[in-house]
Amino acid sequence: MKKFEYLKPKTLEEALTLFAQHGRKAKWVAGGTDVFVMIKQKTMAPDVLISLRGIPGLDQIKFNGSLTIGPMVTHRAIEKSEVVRKKFSALADATDFLGSVQIRNVATIGGNICTAAPSADTATPLLVLGAQVKIKSLKEERSFSIEEFFKAPGETILKPGELVQELLIPKLPPHTGSAYHKLQRRLALDLPILGVSVLLSLDKNKVTCSDMLCTTSPISSILHRMEADEIVCKEVKIALGVAAPTPMRAVKAEALLRGKKLSDELLEEVAETAAKEAQPRDTARGEAWYRRDMIRVLVKRMAMKSIERVLQPEETVFPERLW
Amino acid sequence: MRIALKKESESMKQTITFNLNGESVQVEIEPHLTLLQVLRDKLELIGTKEGCGRGECGACTVLLDGRAINSCIFPAMEADGRNVTTIEGLTDSRGSLHPIQKAFIEYGAIQCGFCTPGMVLSAKALLDENPKPTEEEIRHGIAGNLCRCTGYLQIVQAIKAASNQ
Repeated sequence: MKKFEYLKPKTLEEALTLFAQHGRKAKWVAGGTDVFVMIKQKTMAPDVLISLRGIPGLDQIKFNGSLTIGPMVTHRAIEKSEVVRKKFSALADATDFLGSVQIRNVATIGGNICTAAPSADTATPLLVLGAQVKIKSLKEERSFSIEEFFKAPGETILKPGELVQELLIPKLPPHTGSAYHKLQRRLALDLPILGVSVLLSLDKNKVTCSDMLCTTSPISSILHRMEADEIVCKEVKIALGVAAPTPMRAVKAEALLRGKKLSDELLEEVAETAAKEAQPRDTARGEAWYRRDMIRVLVKRMAMKSIERVLQPEETVFPERLW
Repeated sequence: MRIALKKESESMKQTITFNLNGESVQVEIEPHLTLLQVLRDKLELIGTKEGCGRGECGACTVLLDGRAINSCIFPAMEADGRNVTTIEGLTDSRGSLHPIQKAFIEYGAIQCGFCTPGMVLSAKALLDENPKPTEEEIRHGIAGNLCRCTGYLQIVQAIKAASNQ
């Protein structure tokens, strides 16, 4: 393995100053689960690694209506966070099947978004949750929406010498639910063939049809009952991973549903539109036609799971319905 | 801009101190080494295995402050000041095996044995956090440890049995 120095600054300022001294020979390292693999595979050859692990405060999750997540928060800490699971469910869904326990204990959310793989599990949940990324350099602090953050596969808006300081998820509207599905060949240590996140805010959470969600009735009959309840979808966000060069929002599909009454026909159309908006590729992991087909299926399923989470936020249905 | 690069020969060794299986150890290392390299090559604890070397098979699993990690992609420099448990640390002071290890033997959860140290440590981390896991939770908990011999059934049974003690 290539030799390098390993620096452990104690403050953000010290980290940024060290990076400025070492210039392009230096790389940041968070958990290191990507960086060490890349060094071993010789796709990265730093002379100096600057570790962010020793900087106090970067590994905190704070909730006071809005949620702030430090970049050094591990996926395991997110997975175990009650507040994330209850209120920002799509993010908890993403950490459940990311890597393995060993990887989740070490890998960080900051590292996940800064590596900027098109398949990054936390990317699409952060997109639907409307995350802001706070960036710091020696000169300035900048803030971007997560949409602006991803530029290309493996490339973010970060310039050399800049760091992600914090992720901020603003307070969500009432009656909001979100869900993420990772389409994968096996249930651990796999990259997604496709990642689909949906967030829905409804105009109410008390409806006569909520019992239907505990049944094994087909989705269309549940939605038919929902039409009678006249549930209005006040806000909707749909995000797709491995469906384009960067994690993307399906904005045309969202526009179809925003402000409308939920119905089976409408959700079909929304899912169909999301599939058309995507630009998937043929890869070894899956072909474009298959990805498009599964976007259609999974957007509808994740919408249903989001609705279920709004209508029965405290109840656990067992066996859990497979949306 | 000051470029502070050193030639390889000048590369500074660093001293790290950590608690290894209940005893404090101090070791001089080159800063690019992984925790696995330090454990096997410097401290000669060869119970921890190297499988894939990239964090996918779990053969190199050790516990860091009680949490399972892949030591093959974990920087040794970050072990400084922490608690590391390897498979050598599971036996008690009289040398008798940990209940999880006994259960593995009883249920035939070992064939070639290469995955076993990592598998046992993942099981320990799981049971320490969740003393009565369901079968699904066991499978989810050891998903980062590959076994090519047993088909996992005996391993799951062994962990289940250990959890009942």
